[in-house]
Amino acid sequence: MSAAPLAHFDSAQRQYESATLGMWVFLATELMFFVPLFLAYARGRVEFGDAFAAARRHTDAAIGTVNTAILLTSSLCVAIAVRSAMLAAELSQTQGRHSAEIDRHLRAASRFLWLTVLLGVLFLALKAVEYRSEWAEHLVPWLDFRFAADHRTGAGYFYLAYFAMTGVHAVHMIVGVSLVATLAVRLGRGDADRANAVAMTGLYWHCIDAIWVFLYPLLYLVGRHA
Amino acid sequence: MSTDESKVLDRPSYLRDGYTLRSWLLTRDHKRIALLYMFSITGFFFLGGAAATIIRIELMTPGADLVDARTYNELFTAHGVIMVWFFLIPSIPATLGNFLIPLMIGAQEVAFPRLNLASWYVYTLGGIFVLITLIAGGVDTGWTFYTPFSTLFSNSNVVLAVVGVFIVGFSSIFTGLNFIVTVHRLRAPGMTWFRLPLFVWANYATSLIVVLATPVLAMTLVLIAFERITHVGIFDPSLGGDPIFFQHLFWFYSHPAVYIMVLPAMGVASEIIPCFARRPVFGYRAMTYAIMAIAVIGFLVWGHHMFVSGQSMYASIVFSLLSFLVAIPSAVKVFNWTATLYKGSIALSSPMLYALGFVGLFTIGGLTGLFLAATAVDVHLTDTYFVVAHFHYIMVGGTVMAYLGGLHFWWPKIVGRMYPETWARIAAVSIFVGFNLTFFPQYILGSLGMPRRYHTYAPQYQLLNDFSSLGAGVMAIGYVLPLAYLLYAMLRGQPAPPNPWNAAGLEWQTSSPPPQQNFDRTTPAVGEPYDYGRSTPAQGQGARTPEGAQS
Repeated sequence: MSAAPLAHFDSAQRQYESATLGMWVFLATELMFFVPLFLAYARGRVEFGDAFAAARRHTDAAIGTVNTAILLTSSLCVAIAVRSAMLAAELSQTQGRHSAEIDRHLRAASRFLWLTVLLGVLFLALKAVEYRSEWAEHLVPWLDFRFAADHRTGAGYFYLAYFAMTGVHAVHMIVGVSLVATLAVRLGRGDADRANAVAMTGLYWHCIDAIWVFLYPLLYLVGRHA
Repeated sequence: MSTDESKVLDRPSYLRDGYTLRSWLLTRDHKRIALLYMFSITGFFFLGGAAATIIRIELMTPGADLVDARTYNELFTAHGVIMVWFFLIPSIPATLGNFLIPLMIGAQEVAFPRLNLASWYVYTLGGIFVLITLIAGGVDTGWTFYTPFSTLFSNSNVVLAVVGVFIVGFSSIFTGLNFIVTVHRLRAPGMTWFRLPLFVWANYATSLIVVLATPVLAMTLVLIAFERITHVGIFDPSLGGDPIFFQHLFWFYSHPAVYIMVLPAMGVASEIIPCFARRPVFGYRAMTYAIMAIAVIGFLVWGHHMFVSGQSMYASIVFSLLSFLVAIPSAVKVFNWTATLYKGSIALSSPMLYALGFVGLFTIGGLTGLFLAATAVDVHLTDTYFVVAHFHYIMVGGTVMAYLGGLHFWWPKIVGRMYPETWARIAAVSIFVGFNLTFFPQYILGSLGMPRRYHTYAPQYQLLNDFSSLGAGVMAIGYVLPLAYLLYAMLRGQPAPPNPWNAAGLEWQTSSPPPQQNFDRTTPAVGEPYDYGRSTPAQGQGARTPEGAQS
């Protein structure tokens, strides 16, 4: 909770509730934004079951699994950072401004946010490595795509869905990393007013994470050993 | 300068809260943002109207005398894209809704004022892309951007137009998000859900549709642009894609978009009719349930746009059934407006003329929608002028009538001055007459088999087309008149009292125009909605003005 609410809110609590509701509504729009991609994937899988399975065997399950672990860990870091930032804000409301305890919470929040940034960047770096090897293997549909003739159409469709889903997800990751990094700097400077922003960014980060939790099995696991 | 005049000019109001360009362009006041939106959408309305004018002139004769086929395609595309995304969808929510929702629920602001301002800038950016599209030579796909024409064959500026529509979608998402949170969290003490004016309910339901449907369109447009640039995409049949899949995604947004346009219009009518019939709205609760039912069922009927596109017959049957179902809550609303009039003391002032016009035209548009929801009839009527007439009755006869009615009703509140009533009545009547003259013949043309989207037609259709073009001229007069006299009223009109119509509702408890923080007192007195005719009208309603307010 921020220290002083904006003029049109009658309390800090009301402002926090409004921000939270607004963020959840925004996350609903994010999920709806991904819906066409999930539908595109679903219709492709029904249409080209075998080709989809063949294509999926060319995605890098090792990197996909490591990246999933990285993202889940990053969500834990965000959750801890949110908790620390909230504690700092509550303390700065009840007691004076510059207590050592507040600083300790803020430093912890900032540190965990930096850890989140690090994990997010690591995720994106691994994703880039993956994209590069897929490009080298001619799996990018619009750049000299090559695949076994009997599955060529379905595999091309799979990789379109793959690049669209992971690409849009990566764009959200980049936005998330920048938001978290900005907040990490602010909290590192001892700004106790940013607890709302940390909590909202945390929700956003979890949402992007949750979307990946669905992308991972669809793109790397389902039917891999069929 | 009369004493009245100087009193108005001396009173602090949101209009007097800074006179610089900066104080408008960087404002976070929902009332000023509403006006920014109003001027922008008015510009686009007349731009889209200009395209329609050329279309109607071309269609006065069967041959191609004014424009060629490609230009004609670009004209109706520009008309559709501009009118749907840059006028109708933002029209009532972003102007009247922005201005009134905080006032009606007794709040000082919307929940996220900066996001509200950002919404207008995003709208403007999207608008710039569409203007660039037009300058660069236009786009010829129709507002529906159907694949594979839009992705593989069209030689026009599809990507630019698609980017413009993608961007403007976020402006409506921002507004919708703001309204949802505002209605949930910023209602004044005592303003329970079932005391909310129906205008607020309608905009709340609209906002739910906006935030859930618009992102689907956004992603679909991204996929279109991607496919057009790389020539590889999920809608291209040669790659295993499916153009019908595009239609499903497009109409999943674009059918609910019809309710995005018409629900706020219903909200406006629900405010005006009780006020000028001096009766509480009939069946208030049923009205709120009908609003929510329309919002929910409206999400489940998109397939009725695709009866002839090759979707499964069983899907068509279900979509047909659900489309009939959505007519029920719509009919509930029409019956309730009518019942509100019953034994009312009806004054045919200009806002009421617009509102009654709305009810009549919406009813015709809605009933002809049932023809189109019937699968067998639809096969005959698909892509004919019958469809064109049907959706213009809803969007123009419904939404534009209600938007203008709302502008008149709340104009004294918005600018603090009265408009000339006689001119307003002339405009209302000429729009109603001109509209029917324009679009009723198109029902007949459509049932006779005249297809839409052609710049030439068979000679036997000429008479009805000429009626239609003549009607468009009459309607155009009705649209230019308010532009003139409302602007005149803004600058020179008689000062308006806080509550010129003796209307119920919190927005009339504050001064006209309202102060920057909306209410002089922090908590306005919240009562039952539509409190008309229960106490003696004159004195009872007078208690709602700030001067006579009970503490």
